[in-house]
Amino acid sequence: MIGYVVRRVLQMIPVLFGITLVVFVLLRASGDPVSLMLGEEASEAQIAQLREAYGLDRPLYEQYAVYMGDLLTGDFGRSIRYNNQPALEVVLERLPATASLAAMALVYAILISLPAGIIAALYRRRIPDQIASFLSVLGQAMPNFWLGIMLILVFAIWFGWFPVSGREDAYAVVLPGLALGASLAAVLTRLLRSSMIEVLSQDYIRTARAKGIGPTAVMLRHAIRNALLSYLTVIGLEASSLMAGAVVTEQVFAWPGIGLLAIQAINSRDMAVVQTIVILAALIVMLVNLLVDVLYSLIDPRIQHV
Amino acid sequence: MSAPAKDLVETPVLAVEGLSTAFRQQDGSLRTVVEDVSFTIGPRRTLAVVGESGSGKSVTALSIMRLLPGRKSRIGGSVRLNGEELTTLPMDAMRRIRGNDVAMIFQEPMTSLNPLLTIGYQIAEVLIRHRGMSFAAARAETVRLLEKVRIPEARSRFDEYPHRFSGGMRQRVMIAMALACRPKLLIADEPTTALDVTIQAQTLDLIKSLQDEEGMSVLFITHDMGVVAEVADETVVMYQGKTVEMGATADIFANPRHPYTRALLSAVPKLGSMKGTSAPSRFPLIDPATGRQRENQSPVPADSEMRPRAQPVLEVKNLTTRFPIRKGLFGGLRGRVHAVESVSFSVQPGETLSLVGESGCGKSTTGRSILRLVDPTAGSVTVDGKDIRAMKPAELRRARRGMQMIFQDPFASLDPRATVGSAIAEPMLTHGAASRSGVRQRVVELLHRVGLSAETAQRFPHEFSGGQRQRICIARALALEPKIIIADEAVSALDVSIKAQIVNLMLDLQQSLGIAYVFISHDMAVVERISHRVAVMYLGRIVEIGPRAAVFENPQHPYTRKLLAAVPAADPSRRTMRRASGTEADIPSAIRPVDYRVPELAFREVGEGHLVLQG
Repeated sequence: MIGYVVRRVLQMIPVLFGITLVVFVLLRASGDPVSLMLGEEASEAQIAQLREAYGLDRPLYEQYAVYMGDLLTGDFGRSIRYNNQPALEVVLERLPATASLAAMALVYAILISLPAGIIAALYRRRIPDQIASFLSVLGQAMPNFWLGIMLILVFAIWFGWFPVSGREDAYAVVLPGLALGASLAAVLTRLLRSSMIEVLSQDYIRTARAKGIGPTAVMLRHAIRNALLSYLTVIGLEASSLMAGAVVTEQVFAWPGIGLLAIQAINSRDMAVVQTIVILAALIVMLVNLLVDVLYSLIDPRIQHV
Repeated sequence: MSAPAKDLVETPVLAVEGLSTAFRQQDGSLRTVVEDVSFTIGPRRTLAVVGESGSGKSVTALSIMRLLPGRKSRIGGSVRLNGEELTTLPMDAMRRIRGNDVAMIFQEPMTSLNPLLTIGYQIAEVLIRHRGMSFAAARAETVRLLEKVRIPEARSRFDEYPHRFSGGMRQRVMIAMALACRPKLLIADEPTTALDVTIQAQTLDLIKSLQDEEGMSVLFITHDMGVVAEVADETVVMYQGKTVEMGATADIFANPRHPYTRALLSAVPKLGSMKGTSAPSRFPLIDPATGRQRENQSPVPADSEMRPRAQPVLEVKNLTTRFPIRKGLFGGLRGRVHAVESVSFSVQPGETLSLVGESGCGKSTTGRSILRLVDPTAGSVTVDGKDIRAMKPAELRRARRGMQMIFQDPFASLDPRATVGSAIAEPMLTHGAASRSGVRQRVVELLHRVGLSAETAQRFPHEFSGGQRQRICIARALALEPKIIIADEAVSALDVSIKAQIVNLMLDLQQSLGIAYVFISHDMAVVERISHRVAVMYLGRIVEIGPRAAVFENPQHPYTRKLLAAVPAADPSRRTMRRASGTEADIPSAIRPVDYRVPELAFREVGEGHLVLQG
C-alpha cells in the first residue's frame, strides 16, 4: 500500500510539470502585464525598463527555465498586485477560506444525497423517488451563481438570518456552501439511487434475504457498502468541479478565497499568482483522487494496491 | 427406490398444493408463470423439479421461500412446511423460517456471496440471526461448518473475502451457510450448473452425504436430466409453468408418459450412446406436443467421414500462448500464465475436432490464438498452406474470411442496435464478398439455411430466443463461406432441446457445405455426438488426442478418465458418482514463475492417430 501511494505521488510530478508549461504559455500569450500596470500614458522607455526588471524581455523558453528553476527551490514568484509579496504566501493566505467553503459544500452534498439516494432507490418509481428525482434534476439545472443570488435574496435580505457577503461570522459559510454543494448533492443523489437499485438486484442480496436477514440489516450490512463504491469514485471526480464552482460562488458571495483571488489575479495579469493557484488546485485535485483510491481499496477487498 | 408408498404414511416435510404465481405486468395485468403446481417431499427424500428455461421451476422455489418482490407478484395455493402454512405467515415469522428451517443455495456461486464481507462473517451472520449466538460462538461454529464442507484450512480462511475462492469453493461456502441452522429442507436452485463437471460431481456428492448426515429433505431444481438421474428420488417435470409429469425418478426415465418428458429425455445427450460408431450423429428429436419423432432421423451418412489423406484445412504446430503477469513499482515480470503450451493438431476439410476440458484449461485461448484474436507466443498456425502468424494486418484480414467464429453467448455477440439482416450482411460488405444488391438475396439464403424465415432480416436481436440468436450467429459465420468455423462453447448456454437442434443444424451444414469445425466445449456428451476427433486439454496442454471412438471408449490419460467419470449418466439405474471424489482439490492453476522451464512433451501412440501425453 505504501509503495502504491509513493508510486502515485511520483506519477503526479510529470502531470504538474505539464500543467506549469500549459499555464505559463497560455498566460504569456494572453497579454502583457506591464502595460496594464503602468497605464496608457507610460512612455516606451518606462515600459521597456519595467519589462526588463521582470525579465519579460527575454525569450519565452528562457523565462520558463528561470521560472522552473525558482519553482524547484520553492519560489513561486512575486505578486505584481500585492506589493511584491511572494505569490505562494498570497495564495496560502486565502486557502483556508476556500477549503472551508468546499468542505461545507461536500458536507451538504453527502448529508443530502445519502438519505435521498437510498430512499429514492427503496421507493423506486413511487412518490418519494419522484420527489427526489425532481429535486436532483432541479439541483443540476440551476447554475450555482443564480442559486447563490436567490439564497442571498431569501435568507440574507428577506429573513436576515445570514450575512449577505464576506466571511466575518463563523456561520457565514452556510449559504455559499449550499450554493456550491447543491449540484454535487444532485449528482450524488442520482448516482446513489441508481447504484443502490443495481446492488439491490444482485444475487448476494437475494442470498442475504434467503438467510432470513431483515430488511434494515440487509440494507445496512449488505447493500450500502457496495453502493458506496461508485459514490466514492464520483466524489473524487467531482473534486475538480467543486474547485471550478468555487470561483463563481466566491464571486457571488464576495468570499475571500482562492476563487475570488484567481479572478482578480487574472484581470490584473498577476501571472505569478495565477500560476500558483493553478498548480495548487491541480495538486489538490490529484491528492483528493489519490485519497479516494486509497479509501476505495480499504472498502473493497478485491482492489489491492501493491 | 420404492418409497412413494411409505411417504403416504409419513408427514411430508414440504407439501405444495395448487401453487400458482403471477407477475404484474407494466400495464397492471397479471401474467401467470407457475400454474397449479403440487408436490410433496418426505423426510430425507430428494425431489427434483426439472424443466427448461421459462418453465417456472425457479419461480416455484422463490415462491416457496416468498422471496419474490411482494408488490409485483401474487402467490396462490398452499405451501406447508411440516404442516405449517407458509403463504399466510406474517413476514417477520417468515424471516425466522428462512435460513433456519428452509435454506437455499443458488446457481451462481460467483455472484451469490457479498464481495465486501468475509465468507466467515456471511456464514456466522445466519447463526447470530437465528441461534442468537455471540460472535465468538458463531465463529467457532462457522469454522466447524467450513470443515464439514471440506474447505481446507478453514480456521484461517474465515477472514477471507469471496474473490479469493474458486467457483466450486464458493458453492461450498454457500452450502455451509445453508446448513448452519440444520434446516429441515434445503432448496438447491441449479447449484451445479455453473460448475465444471469434476467440481459438479464433488458438489453433488457433498450435498448427498450432508443430506444423509443431517437428515434433511432436498428440493433440487435443475435443467440437467443427468443430475436428476444422479440425485433425485422423485421427479417433477415442468413445462410452461405447469407440472406435466411427476413420479419416482426411475419410472420417469424408464417410462416417460407425457410427450414433453419424452422430448426432453430424447434431447439429453447421453454419454456412451455412440458406442461402436465413428461418425457424428444427429440427435433424434421428438415433438413435445405429439411425442412423435419430428424430423427425418437419418444419421449423418458414413461418407461424411473425411478422406483421411486430404490436405488439412488447418494445421496447428506447437502453438504456445502465455500471458505475462506484471506487478510492482516498475511493472516487473512476476510470472506467466501458460494458457496454451505446445498444442499441435490438424483438421481435415469437413471434419470436426473437439477441444474439451474444464475452465482454465486453455481451450478457448487456443481457439482465439488460431484466429490471432490473441497473439500466440510461439508455434505456427497454417490455414490453407499459409502461416497465420507471419501475416501482415491486411493479409490477416483476408485470411480471416476463411475462418469464422461462433461464441457462447448469443445475447452478447449480436449488436442490439443492428438488424439481423445488417449483422449478417456486414462481413460480406466489409470483405467485398457481395455487391449491395446481391447481399440482400444472400442474407435471405443464409437465413433459410439456418432454418429462419426471410422476414427475420428486418428484426432486431432482442426479439429472438437464445436458440434463434445462435442460428443468426451461425448464419453470420457462414456469410463468407468459411472453410473452418471455430465454435467456442457455441451450445453451452442453450436449453437441452435447443442445444440438440443447433447441434443437428451444425451437422447438416457440415454435410452440405463441407465445413470443418473446431468445437470447443466442456460438455462431454455433446462432444461425443458431434466430433470426428477429440483433443482433451488440461493446464494448457493436449493430454490426449485421437478419433472420438478411441478416446471415449478407450481413454488412456488419467485426466480423460476422470472427466468421463464425472459426467452424470442420465440413467438413474447406474449412478456413477463415487464418494471418493469428494475431497479432491480444485483444478490447479497454470500460473508459473518467470524462470519456469517447460518440460519436454512426449506422446505415446496407443492406436491409429490416438496419442496420449506421457508422464
